[in-house]
Amino acid sequence: MQTKILLLGLWMICCSKVVCQAQNASKGDIFIKNAQVLTITNGLLENTDVLVQDGIIRQIGSGLRAPDGIPSIDATGKYLMPGIIDAHSHLALEVINEASSPITAEVKMEDVIDPFDVSIYRALAGGTTISHAMHGSANAIGGQNITLKHRYGTRDPDQLIMKEAPRTIKFALGENPTRVHGRGKNLQPRSRMGVEAVIRNGFEEALQYKKVWDDWNASGNDSKKQQIPPVYSSRLETLVAILEGEIIIHCHSYRADEIYMLIQVCQEYGIDKIVFSHVNEGFKVAPELAKYTMGASVFADWWAYKFEVYYSTAYNAAILTKNGVVTSINSDSDELIRHLYHEAAKTQRYGGLTDDEALALITINPAKQLGIAEQVGSIEVGKQADLVLFDKHPLSIYAIPQMTWVDGVKYFDRENDAADQRLKVDPEETLEPIFLHTEHHNCMRDVDFYFTGFGRNLFGHRH
Amino acid sequence: MMKKIIFSFLLILFLFKPELYAQIDGEVVKPYKAEFLLQNARVYTITQGVLENTDLLIKDGKITAIGQNLAPQNYTLVDCSGKSVYPGFIDSGTSLGLVEVNSLAETQDYMELGKLTPQMQALSAVNPNAVAIPVTRVSGVTTVLTQPRGGYFPGTASLIQLNGYTPDQMDAGFKAVVMNFPSAAKSGEYDNRSEETIRKEADKKLEEINDIWEKAASYLSIKEKGGQLKYYPEMEQLSRVLAGELPLFVEVNAAKDILAALEWVEEKSLDVVFTGVAEGWKVADKLAESKIPVITGPVLTLPSRASDKYDVSYTNAAVLHKAGVKLALRTQDSENVRNLPFHAGFAAAYGMGVEEALKSITINAAEIFRVDEKLGSLEVGKNATLFIADGDPFEPKTQVSQVFIDGYRIPMTNRHIRLYQEFLDREMKPAN
Repeated sequence: MQTKILLLGLWMICCSKVVCQAQNASKGDIFIKNAQVLTITNGLLENTDVLVQDGIIRQIGSGLRAPDGIPSIDATGKYLMPGIIDAHSHLALEVINEASSPITAEVKMEDVIDPFDVSIYRALAGGTTISHAMHGSANAIGGQNITLKHRYGTRDPDQLIMKEAPRTIKFALGENPTRVHGRGKNLQPRSRMGVEAVIRNGFEEALQYKKVWDDWNASGNDSKKQQIPPVYSSRLETLVAILEGEIIIHCHSYRADEIYMLIQVCQEYGIDKIVFSHVNEGFKVAPELAKYTMGASVFADWWAYKFEVYYSTAYNAAILTKNGVVTSINSDSDELIRHLYHEAAKTQRYGGLTDDEALALITINPAKQLGIAEQVGSIEVGKQADLVLFDKHPLSIYAIPQMTWVDGVKYFDRENDAADQRLKVDPEETLEPIFLHTEHHNCMRDVDFYFTGFGRNLFGHRH
Repeated sequence: MMKKIIFSFLLILFLFKPELYAQIDGEVVKPYKAEFLLQNARVYTITQGVLENTDLLIKDGKITAIGQNLAPQNYTLVDCSGKSVYPGFIDSGTSLGLVEVNSLAETQDYMELGKLTPQMQALSAVNPNAVAIPVTRVSGVTTVLTQPRGGYFPGTASLIQLNGYTPDQMDAGFKAVVMNFPSAAKSGEYDNRSEETIRKEADKKLEEINDIWEKAASYLSIKEKGGQLKYYPEMEQLSRVLAGELPLFVEVNAAKDILAALEWVEEKSLDVVFTGVAEGWKVADKLAESKIPVITGPVLTLPSRASDKYDVSYTNAAVLHKAGVKLALRTQDSENVRNLPFHAGFAAAYGMGVEEALKSITINAAEIFRVDEKLGSLEVGKNATLFIADGDPFEPKTQVSQVFIDGYRIPMTNRHIRLYQEFLDREMKPAN
């Protein structure tokens, strides 16, 4: 019986069209004819052809002719836009939080990528081709994030990594780090004052560390022979790299005061590569965010799930955009990542953003915040062919994604969409678990065990 | 001088643009009642088609006339040229008003201790001044079922309208006892129970419920025979369900639980509605056959199983409708009930169609709640609970310009809008 189930599982894996495609060609060719092309950076091009070769957009124009052998699609009346980019996600990660210390900069999310997560496929079915897989928000300075391309079907975690993306790291302010460490373990930070202190202490320690190593490296061979070299710390190496501008900070934050605090700290240490995430009260310090940061990545309308988001407004993205802040809309959720185009559309109800402004929130703007705007985020010749085709304008509630490509390879096609898209089926599982409308977002996953006996569930919410 | 100009400008706005009252310093905007004539609108009656260039008269909280070129008399005129009028949307399952800040236990009033608390009244715990209420109603969602949760019988849900200073004023005239049907499904990835244990536990729970039910039946028969009864509010409330005075809303989601619930209710002559019904698409024919109305949603949620097709939560409503199930939608939300039109829009796009999706948040809900005499469509004699929009209310870019609840003109503002007005163009910007 078990062998039978096992064989069935293997058969399912082999039959999956997605798997075969992905393994045969990680870069594809495609000729999309006569689409309504939402370029993002160059407006809407009507009845336009897009030619993709070897995973790159080669030509955009009308009346193009594709070389022989390139598959073509008639996209008449349909809308083609760049693959949607999610600047804050925890998709395809086995664990989220290394909550053992207020600073865990040495931890890397690239070590815990789970290519079997069916959420990757579901994100593709919602047109999302790139997600920023982040460490959780338990620590003031958390782990290093990883930017993923949704090449679903591979069983090799490395195949999901977008190699061109620069390094990024998670910071977190406010309720989460103070609850985990201050209230949970009686360790600093217990308050927003403590969060600032933890970050400053980290930076100062990193500067000292750098000096010790610089001195050692500058010392002569003779003295090197006589002395023990300084201790290597991957945690402090990472902090030094932040100070040297090699790593972009993506900071979980909500309240205006804490956002302003970190802007000031960054100014003091000469850091300008910082993006604020969630940033529900970002609208209150929009001019400062515009002037000193790489922008804000927000929810369209989430609020009131915890106290620090009680004074929020769904107009946040519109206020930020109109104040010149590079703004994106993220999911932090395996559910929301399926319809970020709809989340972006909400900015038209709440603040009346134009089509171009709204679409930039989920394409070129998150690409800028992740440092990958040279490669993706718009439909331009020379960019990577991450594309999604909708039957209607993607900002309409009635729009349904039809096909999604990553590097010119089609990973989703609504017409040929088998129901079960799992890559791995447990042969011993006789009863498949059911998930009912629970919270799908999980900035605070994996920290529950720090808390018992508080008389209150501290983790009823997850972001 | 500049100030004077601004003042005159505001005065002009004040006189000619009542929508902008909220922008005047210190102005407090309250809902108010008057005789309103909505002129030249496209009227989506829901039950009698779409009427073009039509007027609608609101008097004493009711719709008193619908027709073309109604005489303006002394009514307060509301120009609706180029705009559409819809009946207020009804969310058939929320915890709106029962919680202020989700993570703060001090503000969570939707769950009591114990498994058997059917007498707990959601209506008593509704905070008429919850910040989320004005945030919700400006979207055109005017009426919601707000319900308790947890245990076997967590309490009694109430239909409320989103205007009023006391729960009684908000009461929209419907109550139902909520029941959570015991699940034989494996719940989430951390459920390590064996298949057998899961089934045994579900069976045991159903036995407990059956015991409760028998007790309630004895209580009812003693009551009907005029026997002496001690104060037993749990049984008192359940006996009302047994007597058919109160409907029972059974929350059930997994396909096999739905089948078990169908069997369970079949033996009883109950006034019953199924809620949740996430896996209804698997047993749609059986549900249709039973004629039990269904409240399903949220639509914007993940499929319940990893093996499911990615869009089953979007298509569930359409599958149920096509099988012939009477259907209403819910968000199961508290602070973002305003997204109800978007849930309906997704259901519409994924097979339900706009017309049916509209019904599922208007007349169908009103019928399930037995308030279709006064809510759920635009007809003469019904409550003036409606809204005006500049387009399709399912489309995010559409703006809702005015909401009326029971004839009250609702201030089109809330904390989200006030923060927008204050911070869009902030003073004291950083120096260059």
